[in-house]
Amino acid sequence: MSDIIEKFTAEVPEWRPRVTPVDLETATPEQLDALKVTPSNTKVSDYVLTLAHDVEILKERSPLFNAIMYNRGGLGRTGRELGATAASVVNRCIYCAAVHASRYNQLTKSGEVMAALFEDGENVRLDPHNQAIVDFSIKLSKSPPEATSDDVQKLRDAGLSEEEIVDLILSTALFAWANRLMHILGDPVATGSADVG
Amino acid sequence: MTLEEVTTLAGIEASDVLNLRADVFTMTAAARTAVLTPKDTGAFSPSRRAALAARITRLNGKEDLSDHYGRGMNADDASIADPAFDGGADAELAAILAFTDRIAASPKDATGDDIESLKQAGLAEADIVRLTQLNAFLAYEIRLIEGLSLMGAA
Repeated sequence: MSDIIEKFTAEVPEWRPRVTPVDLETATPEQLDALKVTPSNTKVSDYVLTLAHDVEILKERSPLFNAIMYNRGGLGRTGRELGATAASVVNRCIYCAAVHASRYNQLTKSGEVMAALFEDGENVRLDPHNQAIVDFSIKLSKSPPEATSDDVQKLRDAGLSEEEIVDLILSTALFAWANRLMHILGDPVATGSADVG
Repeated sequence: MTLEEVTTLAGIEASDVLNLRADVFTMTAAARTAVLTPKDTGAFSPSRRAALAARITRLNGKEDLSDHYGRGMNADDASIADPAFDGGADAELAAILAFTDRIAASPKDATGDDIESLKQAGLAEADIVRLTQLNAFLAYEIRLIEGLSLMGAA
């Protein structure tokens, strides 16, 4: 199992499930419906096929995920991706961290913030705006959560509106969920090795 | 209605700011139903799911939430809500509780062995996904409610 990636990276690895994904050949009509499988669209990731074992929550989760990450207004995409990645660092979900760090880097056209977050983890030093976001997300992501009303105040002091703070809470909380799927149900592996095991 | 549920649990007032995200709270309520009282329960009855939810929230220091979820459990499952209970002689339940405690309290330390132990205990793969989703959703809801509650407290 030496192909499992153990270090944070902004290069998106592959994901290898620890549970057998649902086989499209034997999937139930309800599963096919939730997977949005049509004759012209038969490409579904192993991750989604794994989640298809519990089709009721899969159907609810996809629109909720999209609403929290891509809803209009409020906190911008970079802030949401930063919260998502900070949560993923706390929970050591290397796959999620890579996906959202790479999105953050694309949006900001810089790899600096994510490189620092991956290198220094909870001790990372950033500009005041990003620092307030990362500190809050890290603390809220702990089990049990460690964020306090002082941390919320620091977000306000850094210029975040109430609406933006709600969006940061949502994107951070969403990754408490996503990390526990990705990191628990599978392993991040080097590209090209996901089908070997 | 659904936004109300969340604000009640967080101990805050509904506000214009929260109303902007009413769609998210409605979808959160639908997800809650899908993990706590699904149509296809698999190996986990609604009572057992409620008891696991009460345990997970208690492990995260949220007694109020634990009481809230605990209302959905039967007396038979009440021991599960107590984090000190390890499943006793029931090997399958012991594996389920060990897995739940890992995801609730130290998810970063999870490895393939955690899933392996559920398989060894005889859990079907679909039930492993159901149990993981229940745990993962609660991790989200705990932090959503905690965060909103902190906003109100500041």
